[in-house]
Amino acid sequence: MSSGRRRVRWILLLPCAALAVMVYFFGVSLGRDPGLVPSPLIGRAAPEFSLPELLAPGSVFSLQDVEEGPWMLNIWASWCSGCIVEHEFLMALGRAGAPLYGLNWKDAPADAREWLQLRGNPYRAIAVDANGRAGIDWGVYGAPETFLIDAKGIVRYRHVGPLDEAVFSQAFLPVLEGGAQ
Amino acid sequence: MTPRRRRMVAVIGGLVCLAAAAALVLTAFEQNMLYFYTPTQIASGEAPEGRRLRVGGLVERGSVRRLSGALEVRFDVTDLDRSVTVAYAGVLPDLFREGQGVVAHGWLGADGLFEADEVLARHDENYMPPEVAEMLEEKGHPPDASLR
Amino acid sequence: MQDRTLGLISMIPEIGQISLALALCLAAALAVFPLAGAHAGNVRWMEAGRPCALGMLAFVALAFAMLAVSFLRHDFSVQYVALHSNLKLPAMYRFAAIWGAHEGSLVLWQLILSSWTAAVALASRSLPPTLRARVLGVLGLISIGFLLFILLTSNPFLRLFPAAADGADLNPLLQDPALAIHPPLLYMGYVGLAVPFAFAIAALLGGRLDRRWARWTRPWTTAAWMFLTVGIALGSWWAYYELGWGGWWFWDPVENASFMPWLAGTALIHTLAVTERRGLFGNTTLLLAIAAFGLSLLGTFLVRSGVLVSVHAFASDPARGLFILVFLAIVMGGALLLYAFRNVAANPQTGFKLVSRESALLVNTVLLSAATVLVLFGTLYPLALDALDMGKISVGPPYFNLVFILPMLPLLLVVGAGMHASWKATNTAAWGRKLRVPAAVAILGVIVLTAAAYGFAGILTGIGMLAGLWVIAAALRDPVAWLLRRGPRPGRSAWGMQLAHCGLGVTTLGIVVVSAWGVETDRRLALGENLEVSGYEFQLERIEEVEGPNYQAAQGVVRVSRNGRPVTTLYPQKRVYEVQQSPMTEAGIDAGWRHDLFVALGEPLGEEAWSVRVQVKPLVRFIWLGALIMGLGGLLAISDRRYRMASPKEDES
Repeated sequence: MSSGRRRVRWILLLPCAALAVMVYFFGVSLGRDPGLVPSPLIGRAAPEFSLPELLAPGSVFSLQDVEEGPWMLNIWASWCSGCIVEHEFLMALGRAGAPLYGLNWKDAPADAREWLQLRGNPYRAIAVDANGRAGIDWGVYGAPETFLIDAKGIVRYRHVGPLDEAVFSQAFLPVLEGGAQ
Repeated sequence: MTPRRRRMVAVIGGLVCLAAAAALVLTAFEQNMLYFYTPTQIASGEAPEGRRLRVGGLVERGSVRRLSGALEVRFDVTDLDRSVTVAYAGVLPDLFREGQGVVAHGWLGADGLFEADEVLARHDENYMPPEVAEMLEEKGHPPDASLR
Repeated sequence: MQDRTLGLISMIPEIGQISLALALCLAAALAVFPLAGAHAGNVRWMEAGRPCALGMLAFVALAFAMLAVSFLRHDFSVQYVALHSNLKLPAMYRFAAIWGAHEGSLVLWQLILSSWTAAVALASRSLPPTLRARVLGVLGLISIGFLLFILLTSNPFLRLFPAAADGADLNPLLQDPALAIHPPLLYMGYVGLAVPFAFAIAALLGGRLDRRWARWTRPWTTAAWMFLTVGIALGSWWAYYELGWGGWWFWDPVENASFMPWLAGTALIHTLAVTERRGLFGNTTLLLAIAAFGLSLLGTFLVRSGVLVSVHAFASDPARGLFILVFLAIVMGGALLLYAFRNVAANPQTGFKLVSRESALLVNTVLLSAATVLVLFGTLYPLALDALDMGKISVGPPYFNLVFILPMLPLLLVVGAGMHASWKATNTAAWGRKLRVPAAVAILGVIVLTAAAYGFAGILTGIGMLAGLWVIAAALRDPVAWLLRRGPRPGRSAWGMQLAHCGLGVTTLGIVVVSAWGVETDRRLALGENLEVSGYEFQLERIEEVEGPNYQAAQGVVRVSRNGRPVTTLYPQKRVYEVQQSPMTEAGIDAGWRHDLFVALGEPLGEEAWSVRVQVKPLVRFIWLGALIMGLGGLLAISDRRYRMASPKEDES
């Protein structure tokens, strides 16, 4: 009788075990989101770079060339498909006069210029990071990524993947408009 | 029959029914699993012919064409390396647009044409078919060729 | 004085947020005092449950009202309002927009949970104080979780500075009357399942499960089930006409998320009946009560974490998913461990014979649980495979159709027979006599429908129709016998049970007929051209421009005729909403008892032709009508007198 009772108890533990397995898988699925990868840069000063300007051969683009106030740095490349997805939205931002700067990452400048010619240029200026050196400093995970830097030069936010209206108005807009006042 | 034998019969009958049901369910499951393939995988011949599957990517700009005002529409789905032509005779979803993500369900023909019987686009502005999103994310890493 | 009013108005979002924080404090009190009091035997602590529950409801309602006011006043300094409303949005949809997206729908969720809690607090005077205290305490614990979730990860009162001039508008899909009431109803059901869950935990904590417990739990469970039934049906109806393509069930994971708690809840209602009447199935009842609420939490997780929509969750926040996952693990893990280590179900000495109502209900429980598990498996398997990096699959609707039909067909046959079986042991001869007429009616009905109306469409369809008609006929047998003065008058709860089963039969009949004889065609249709579907002529007469409050539309004028006689005119639309610039298909539907005529516009194909989808759907209304009847049956069952007796007797036989 007592052994029978113990067996029943183990059966009663089955639902609990099933739950544990489920929770494990969900945990893994959630953890796969690269959006979870926090950027160590957030709250720190934007890393310096001094790189050739894509559309003005011979000139150099560095943090000093960024206009006063908060700004955005968009990591893109002509081979990157997510960049095509977000491009229409970036163009809208560019037309609205958003302080959007580009970092052309691990790309051939000729390809990049052709790409922009085809689709339009939303950027105020574009740095060429052909070998990805600056990308390492910024902790770039893949393209596209967009960083938000406030008026004091502190990185405030990083978005992985194509930028869209919802993310922009939620995470970027408050800082951009707050700094504009 | 004694109660004991009756119980035995009931248990065995139950087990047989259960096994039959399990076999049915597993077959149905096996047959209805739709694997996802990228256009590159299809172009390199990894996808099986004659089995329902899903393909996803971005609708290539300027690739949507109709054959002289007919219902059937063809468009190219690309992962920006390779693309596959999809044929579909039906009403396209509201949010189907060039340059946007889609997933098509259907069969791959011997001629490399993908015959879709269902085309899914985004449900709303924030939604990208998950496979396409992931594929694009993976493509967010530079291809070796462009590391010049 | 006016300045002060103005100051208050400008602080509305802050008032809302403070209310939520205060509600959290009260939820904490609600969790701590009654539970501790029940443990220590302190009556005054236990009595604290009622005021805490009512106070929590008051503050959550205040927060909800503040959010409503923000929407109605177009307060675009509130980010949530700015993202989901618009100056041109009609007032009704501004109100519905409160639950149009994540943050606000959680406030609604919490409002409903608080209402259920307050209802339990008010209606449980006849319960033993310790049981009542424990039930309220558990509900308080759940409220803590959800209020923390709102305040930490999903604050709807977040300010946007500077305020937006105009909002981004509500998703056009959601601008619809049915969808305005669909989430509240569904949440009433989802959240209502928290009550039987709390009763189950209270029984486990108290170490006692008896027939009285089952009687107290039953009306709450039935009420939640009723809302869930109607809510799901409404969602299905909405998908049918608003998603534009005429499907009424897609086995999409979000739908499954609402359907699994319903299946478990249905099983729970039935085991509760056995536990109440015969003191049996105690352990099963407890497990089902836990599982039903667990499945509704799981649904919340799946829908809100972004795990389902996209691994990359373009807008959803992984922190939210993590929070719900942890919450789910704590609540369900705790409940299931308690369940495993507390043996509370009385070991009854009574048994039952093979042919008895208990047997039928046992079969019912097994089949419903099997259906739940199989649907759960099909929903979660792709996620598990993806998590293990073993490929991306999706499971097609045919799988779900099969694993659903497989248990449902035998279940329907058992339902009809089981309803008329007696408890304990059935006199098989009398039972057979009772079933003769319904069986004959069902068989005759199938023959008549097949021969006169629809034609033969396969064995399985015939069996399906037979099952549906059989359940209807069996359910109506006693009421009809009473009307013909050949039988006794059924009691309220028997009426309710019969009505609900009749609804089940009606839904089944609708599903079977529309699946077998529904016609759906996608065609190119030029202006003036005729298209014949199921004997109806559809003619696209012209396309005109129409302007709505916040959208523009191309509207087709489709004349429908049969044998040259005009039947109706349908006006399908293709809308473009101004703010979000997204196109939306609005189908033209002629609803009828016998069938629906359905036309949806695709897109212009050039040469004055459009792609159109035309459908003729026989008996499709029966699907939702049946669900409504089921809900009505639930309502009747709850109104039975024996649930309202002040001090229920221990026994009645």
